Amino acid sequence: MKLLRELVFPLLAVLAAFVVGGILILLIGDNPIQAYKLLIGSALSWPDGIGYTLFYATPLIFTGLAVLVAFRCGLLNIGAEGQLYVAAFATAWVGITLAQRSAWILIPLCFLAAVLAGGVWGAIPGILKARFGSHEVINTIMLNFIGIALVSYFTQYHYKVPGDPIMESSEIGQGAHIARLGHFIHGLPERIPLNLAFVLALICCVLVYLFLWRTKWGYELRATGASPTAAEYGGISIRKQIIIAMTISGSLAGMVGINEVLGYRHRYYDGFSDNYGFTGIAVALLGRNHPFGVVIAALLFGVLQRGGIYVDGFSEHVTKDIVQVLQGVIILFVAAEAFFRGQFGSFGLLKRSKV
Amino acid sequence: MSKAGPNWGFPKTKVLRPKTKVMIELRNISKRFGAVLANDQINIKVETGTIHAIVGENGAGKSTAMRIAYGFYTPDSGEILIDGQVHQIRTPHDAIALGIGMVHQHFMLVDTMSVAENIVLGAEPGSALALDLATASSQIRKLSEEFKLSVDPGALIESLSVGQQQRVELLKALYRKAQLLILDEPTAVLTPQEVEEFFAILRSMREQGKTIVIITHKLSEVLAISDDVTVMRDGKVVGRVKTKETNAAELARLMVGREVLLRVEKTDAKPGVPRLEVVDLSVNVKGSTPRVDKVSFKVRAGEIVGIAGVEGNGQTELIEALAGLVESSQLSGSINFEGRDITRQSARARREQGIAHIPEDRHRRGLLLEFSLAENSILGVHYRPPVTAYAGNVFLDNAAIQQRANEIIQGFDVRPANAALPARALSGGNQQKLIIGREFKVDPRLLLVSQPTRGVDIGAIEFIHRKLVALRDGGCAILLVSAELEEVTSLSDRLLIIHKGRIVGEVDPKVTTVEEIGLLMTRGH
Amino acid sequence: MKDLFTIALFWSTIRTATPLLLAAMGGLFSERSGVINIALEGMMLAGAFTAAAVTYAAGNPFAGLAAGMAAGLLIAAIHAVVSIRYRADQVVTGTAINILMFGMPAFLSGAFFLSSGSTPQIPREHLVPWLPIVIAFGLVPTIWYVLYKTPFGLRLRSVGENPEAADAAGVPVARMRYAGVLLSGVLAGLGGAYLSIGQSSLFTRNMTSGRGFIALAALIFGKWRPVQTMLACLLFGFTEAVSYQMQGVFKFSGEDIPVQFIQMVPYVLTIIVLAGFIGHSRPPRALGMPYQKER
Repeated sequence: MKLLRELVFPLLAVLAAFVVGGILILLIGDNPIQAYKLLIGSALSWPDGIGYTLFYATPLIFTGLAVLVAFRCGLLNIGAEGQLYVAAFATAWVGITLAQRSAWILIPLCFLAAVLAGGVWGAIPGILKARFGSHEVINTIMLNFIGIALVSYFTQYHYKVPGDPIMESSEIGQGAHIARLGHFIHGLPERIPLNLAFVLALICCVLVYLFLWRTKWGYELRATGASPTAAEYGGISIRKQIIIAMTISGSLAGMVGINEVLGYRHRYYDGFSDNYGFTGIAVALLGRNHPFGVVIAALLFGVLQRGGIYVDGFSEHVTKDIVQVLQGVIILFVAAEAFFRGQFGSFGLLKRSKV
Repeated sequence: MSKAGPNWGFPKTKVLRPKTKVMIELRNISKRFGAVLANDQINIKVETGTIHAIVGENGAGKSTAMRIAYGFYTPDSGEILIDGQVHQIRTPHDAIALGIGMVHQHFMLVDTMSVAENIVLGAEPGSALALDLATASSQIRKLSEEFKLSVDPGALIESLSVGQQQRVELLKALYRKAQLLILDEPTAVLTPQEVEEFFAILRSMREQGKTIVIITHKLSEVLAISDDVTVMRDGKVVGRVKTKETNAAELARLMVGREVLLRVEKTDAKPGVPRLEVVDLSVNVKGSTPRVDKVSFKVRAGEIVGIAGVEGNGQTELIEALAGLVESSQLSGSINFEGRDITRQSARARREQGIAHIPEDRHRRGLLLEFSLAENSILGVHYRPPVTAYAGNVFLDNAAIQQRANEIIQGFDVRPANAALPARALSGGNQQKLIIGREFKVDPRLLLVSQPTRGVDIGAIEFIHRKLVALRDGGCAILLVSAELEEVTSLSDRLLIIHKGRIVGEVDPKVTTVEEIGLLMTRGH
Repeated sequence: MKDLFTIALFWSTIRTATPLLLAAMGGLFSERSGVINIALEGMMLAGAFTAAAVTYAAGNPFAGLAAGMAAGLLIAAIHAVVSIRYRADQVVTGTAINILMFGMPAFLSGAFFLSSGSTPQIPREHLVPWLPIVIAFGLVPTIWYVLYKTPFGLRLRSVGENPEAADAAGVPVARMRYAGVLLSGVLAGLGGAYLSIGQSSLFTRNMTSGRGFIALAALIFGKWRPVQTMLACLLFGFTEAVSYQMQGVFKFSGEDIPVQFIQMVPYVLTIIVLAGFIGHSRPPRALGMPYQKER
């Protein structure tokens, strides 16, 4: 019963978004049924469709988890975008500088670089909030731009292959490559970039779940999100929790770098993120701020990403941009949960406490 | 957007409406908030040109009824008559148009704006294109003189004292030509002298034909100022009397619905060694007078020390300072617990030494409303055995948590007895029992307890009182704060009186009359 | 260094500051009424695309400007209804709108102009390079007057500071907030329109490239006050103009300063101001809080 209730509103939101998208497709003179069939059909075909869908879902699981951890502490991290850029660059940097080392050393170091860089970039707004009370939303937005400019500078001036017209770094060492899943799964060609980072994402879901609901630390983090004043009363340091939550959040966002750099392009590619950080907000909300919900929501968005490319190619007017439109509308509906409820009052998931 | 300003001036010669005419009447008003029926078919009639008191305990539904009259809440059923006509009051805007003004318990002022801006807000003089604050200021000065409510129209609200802010609220209502003024607990924030002045103002307003409704739970004030009294209890109107024909005892009986207020059965205290020693403790606030001002006292094992005072005299800050919830940079003086200086210690460190705390505001401090009862039952001990286990006590032990929750639920009769429910789903009394059970569970050596029975039903009150006495008899030191004089006097072994952040006296509650205590509470000497 | 401060740079600063100023003034209305507006970016995109598309189709830039403002208004209406009527988290709503508007112009241009996200070129004689600049800077004193010297401004500020008090005084809180958010849409839409049919001559994919967020930063840097916000917009416009002029590397006392560091200036300054290092910037007290009367 409870599970059903948790599922009803996200489902309604997705349905409503598809209706709105359908109307738009009709307005520009295409057939929505056809477009949606193409979109979903192509995304669920084996092996390419499913392979790519899971590949596209991977960064969204990470950013969805990132947003969720912050949200559970009453914070809105819209800085996942900047965190994942900084982390991806740091990952590539380690992969380039220590290129000669063996995989046993290089891969753990690259992982560490992703987690640390993302964590630091997430911790900054956390510290600013804990220390000066400045709003994490504004600071994460600002840090997105700063982070992106910073790594773009390093790429352009220090790590670009001379003469390469594309803004990308040189390649990381062979030892830093992580295996594609095609290597292990029969029938999945290795050209599909779905890699071990997807498995890591699933592991992270379980870990985040265990952390939040099974450990004392998770209890403290959630208590702070539920009521900072009551948490304080219970002997929990709110400032510490804010910093911890933002650091973990940044680290999770940072793991996108593992998928991107170690598993996919094997270099840092400027501007690689397709709004993963912002879409993570949608993923977390649609997944009702639960790790397992995040996986489902990320898969759905993976389907949209993958299917969007097909729609682009095979329909007359509809472009892949329909995906962004659908995502935006989904968040609007999820956020305006009361719209479906027909009354006011919330289950508390969307209520952010003031710290 | 804006209307032209109000037509100026209050004609003093204006007809005093005959006293028998009814200014406002609430008929069969009901209002439900979730599980709570805040107003149950209430009927209130206020005659024109009178001062009408609505009295009742906390949570009796007085404020709800008046907020309905002011359009803040929409009633579920019932109707409101103004001057004998049924009116729909959907918003405060409607109420203002009908000549109703309200001064809320928590002032409705925009701190960052000036007095004049606040007063004219929503009824601005001048045209839509030009706000005429000069005219407004002169009008406000005129009103101030007329009603002896002196205040500088140019001052910022945040620079004013509470007493001055209240005058701004009154002026706001008068500026809108309110004929009916609803005042919600207006004296709660005033000093006794200010109360006297305030009552003089109310009387002069009545002379000028205004009708006044005053919500209060202080019987002495009811008898001093009102013409008629409506008594509410548990969301219902339980009586209506003329002030001249009643007395405090009768009103008290109506209010609480019992002949005699509870007298807790307890033996004399057998105090042991001092547990808590507070020396010259102050809670300082930047740019303001200290909330707690050089307070010194002791609480010994096996005794209940009560702190009586008008609300807002530093009790909240004192308890929070003792519990470790005030920034240590704001503190001066020292807090010693069992001989150790704990002034700079965190809330957690204090809890670990056996200091438990039942907070005055259970929704803000005491509970995680969205969390289950089980999760709430471990707040404060959530990080250590027995509720944690495995891997160096990192993980929560669900079986142990469940067991702890069930023990509290059974031992303190929390209903419904289902540890999986969110705390929000419980009634106030059951929420309070859960908190008390949780804090008792740690076998405290010192218990800080604030307003233990606020908003709690009578059965639960007696239960809580018995538990507190039993804890004392077990050797715990208890510091008790309560706004209910009856409660502090009957539970405490020693009683300290707090006034403006200072301890102004200590009395033996067994031999001191309520009048004497009340005098200390309000005058400070 | 010597030839850095030229007349050309001055005008370039004015031009780059204009879209920021329009969007920031819009943000001022919204945030002073208590509604966080991180959707300025999306509103600008809506304005930019619509203005270019309509100007191209109608051959009339004034129709384009009007359409750009109307598009901003429409997007603002979504923000307003979802965050005021349905009391959604305003930051989340704003993010949704930004994502939506990231895709929508490209989706529509794909359908109407068979392009991948841009409109066709608009002939030079159909551009309006000056009018929006005049409007933007003319608006600052007007908005100052409206905010501080009219009943509307008083009410708007009151619902942003303390909606309950405003409600008790008879001010319709929701209506004022709708007004604030809708005005922000109109102005941000105009700011976007200036980008596509003033500064440039067509709409290109994501052509605002973060200007909505810089406008927001300017608003914070300007402490939510019109004149200070304008100065912040000029400062941020200046950094942008400098980075254009330098085309890459900016020499300062013989040291190379890469353009990326100049681009960071607005953001770093905002963080510093928000932390209270240079004069504290205090947001409207009720900013971001949906108003709910009955509990």
